[in-house]
Amino acid sequence: MRVKLILVALLAVAALVSGCGKKAQPVPIPQPPPPVASNTPPPAPPPLTQPPRNVTEDLPVPAQPIADDAIGNKPLDDLNRDSPLKPAFFPLDGDDLDDVAKAAVSANADLMRKYGTWVVTIEGHCDERGTAEYNLALGERRALAVKTYLVSLGISPDRLRTVSYGKEFPFDPGHTEDAWEKNRRAQFVITSK
Amino acid sequence: MIKHLSSRLGPARWKLFVAVAALTGVTVTARQQPPAAPAGQTPQQPSEVELVITAGGGSVPHYAVPDFIALNPEAADLAKSLAQVLWDDLAYEREFDMIPRDIYSSIPAARTADQIPFDSWRELNVDGVVFGTVQKTGKDIKVQIRLYNARSRRQVFGSEYSGTDQFPRNFAHSAADDIHKQQRNLRGVARSKLAFISDRERQRVRGTGQQNRESKEVWIADYDGANQRRITLTNELNAGPSWSPDGRAIAYSSWRKVPTGGGIDVYVSRIFQGILENPTKGRSESNMQPVFSPDGTRIAFASNRSDNNNEIWVMNVDGSGLRRLTNHPAADVVPTWSPNGASIAFVSDRTGTPQIYTMSSTDGTGFQKITSESYADRPSWSINNEIAFAARTGPGYDIKVYNNATGETRQLTYGEGSNESPAYSPNGRHIAFMSTRRGGSQIFTMTRDGRDVRQVTTSGSNVTPAWSN
Repeated sequence: MRVKLILVALLAVAALVSGCGKKAQPVPIPQPPPPVASNTPPPAPPPLTQPPRNVTEDLPVPAQPIADDAIGNKPLDDLNRDSPLKPAFFPLDGDDLDDVAKAAVSANADLMRKYGTWVVTIEGHCDERGTAEYNLALGERRALAVKTYLVSLGISPDRLRTVSYGKEFPFDPGHTEDAWEKNRRAQFVITSK
Repeated sequence: MIKHLSSRLGPARWKLFVAVAALTGVTVTARQQPPAAPAGQTPQQPSEVELVITAGGGSVPHYAVPDFIALNPEAADLAKSLAQVLWDDLAYEREFDMIPRDIYSSIPAARTADQIPFDSWRELNVDGVVFGTVQKTGKDIKVQIRLYNARSRRQVFGSEYSGTDQFPRNFAHSAADDIHKQQRNLRGVARSKLAFISDRERQRVRGTGQQNRESKEVWIADYDGANQRRITLTNELNAGPSWSPDGRAIAYSSWRKVPTGGGIDVYVSRIFQGILENPTKGRSESNMQPVFSPDGTRIAFASNRSDNNNEIWVMNVDGSGLRRLTNHPAADVVPTWSPNGASIAFVSDRTGTPQIYTMSSTDGTGFQKITSESYADRPSWSINNEIAFAARTGPGYDIKVYNNATGETRQLTYGEGSNESPAYSPNGRHIAFMSTRRGGSQIFTMTRDGRDVRQVTTSGSNVTPAWSN
C-alpha cells in the first residue's frame, strides 16, 4: 500500500513538470523512471538511524485459578475428619502388615513425602474380642509395626508418634466380623502441618 | 440387761476409725457403750465364747435386723433404710443366715432395748437380733447399734456412730464391719469402694482426629454400687484405675497428653484433696496400668520407654527410684502386686499368646508362668494367695483362679456373657469383674467361688473395676 502511494505521488510530480515544460523551450530534462511494474522491487528506503526494536506486546491472558491443593490447604480438623491418610488393617490378635496394609501405609508415606511438614500420630486399635488391658499392648504393637514400615520407606521417625487405644474407640460399634475387621487397625492422625 | 463390754477402742483402733472417716468423707466416730452394770453386781468381762452368737447344732446363726427406732420424726426414713443397708451388708459375707425382713411384721416393734420380744424372735428361730436407734438433728446423725443373742437375751455388741448426713449408709456399713470383726474375726468390705471406668457422660474427646469419640472417666462407688461418683474430669480417655492402700488416692492411665503429642501417661488423683500428680512425667512414650504396692510406697506400671517395647517398671510414688523388672522383646504389661508386696504378677505374650507370669518385685527374678490358656489377662492377687484372671474360653472370657499354693486352676464363670477384669476384694472373699451377661459392659461382684453374682453398675458402659481396702 505504501509503495503504491509513493508511485502515485511520483506520477503526479512528473505530470506537473511536463505541463510546465509546454510553455517553455522544450529542454530535454531527465525523465523520471517509468512506472514500475508491481513485481519490481521498490527503491531502497533510507538507511535506519536506530537499531531495530521489537515492540511486540503480549496478548493479555485471563489469570488461571491457582491449582487448588485440596489437601494442603485444609485446616487440621477438616483434614483429619476425612483423612487422606488411610488406615491399615490387621489380622485377629496380630500385628503383621499384609500386602494390602503395606499398600495403604505406602500411599500414606507418599503423602507424607509430599507434605513434608506433617507430623502424624499412628493410633493402634483393636477389636472388642481381646480384653481391655492386653489390647493396649496389642494396639501399641500395631502402631509400632506401621511406624517401622513408614521409617523403612524413608519417613523420618521424628515425624511419627505412636499411641495405643486398645479397643476403646472402635470405628464400627457393631459386634460382627465385618465390624471387627474395620476395628483392627492403625489409624493416622495429622497432629501438625 | 446390758453387760459390761470391755472397751475395744484402743489407740490403734481409734486411728483406724479416723482413717475410715477420712476415707468416706464422713466423720463417723464410734464408741462402745459405757457399762451399765446392774447395781450390786460386779462388772465382769464376758468371755469371747459368750460374745459370739452361735446356732444350735453348729449351723450358721440366724440373724434378724428389724427397722431401727427413730428417736425423733426427722430420723424416720433413715431408721428404715439403714436397717436394710445393715441387713444387706451382713448378708454379703454369708457368715450369717439373714432372715428376710419382710417376715418380721408379726413381731412387735421394740421402742427400747428392754422391750425386744425375744420369745417372738426365737419363734422365727433367730439367734441374733439387732436393735438400732437413729437420731437426726439437722445434718447430724447419731446411730446406736446393738446386737443381742436371742437365746441368752444378752447384748453381745453395742456401738454408737455419729456424723453428718452426707453419706448416711456409712453408719450401717461401719456397724456391719464391726459386727463381722467381732462375731467372725472377719474383715468386712462394707466400707470398701470400687473404682472403674465409665463412659456414661458421653463427653466429646478433645483434640484433632478425635471426632465421634466419647470420654471415659474414672468413677467410684460403694461396694454395693451406691454413691456412684465421678473422680476425673478430663473429657478424655482414661483407663485402669487402681487404689492406694489407704483408699485416698487412685492411680490411672490417661490419654490427656495425646492431643499435644504426648503418650499415655500415669496420673495419681488424691481424691479427697483434689490434687493431681503425674509421677512419670511422660513425654511421647507410654506409661500405663499403674498399681500401688500394698504398702503404698511404690507403683508398678507398664512402659515402652526403652526400645518402644512395653516392660514392667516400678517407681516410688513420687516418680523417683525408677527400675525396670522385665527385659524381653515381647510385651510385658498389666502388673499386679502380691499381698505382701514381694512379687508381681503380670501379662506377657512372649510365648505368642498373652499368659500370666509371676516374678520378684525387687529384681524380676523367680520368673514363673502360671497359665496355659489360649489367652489370659488381668491378674488380681488375693490375700488368700490366689490369682484370678480372665481366660479366653470361647468367643468370650471367663474368670478363673490359680491357687498359688497348690498350682491348681479353677473356673468361676461359665460363658454367661464375657467375664473379664477380675479384682479381688481386700478380704479375698469376693471378686469384682466386668461382664456382658446382661447386655453392654457392666461391673458385677461375686463370691470367690463364683456365687451370689450382683450387678453394681447400670448406666453407660462400665469396665475394669478395682477394689479398695
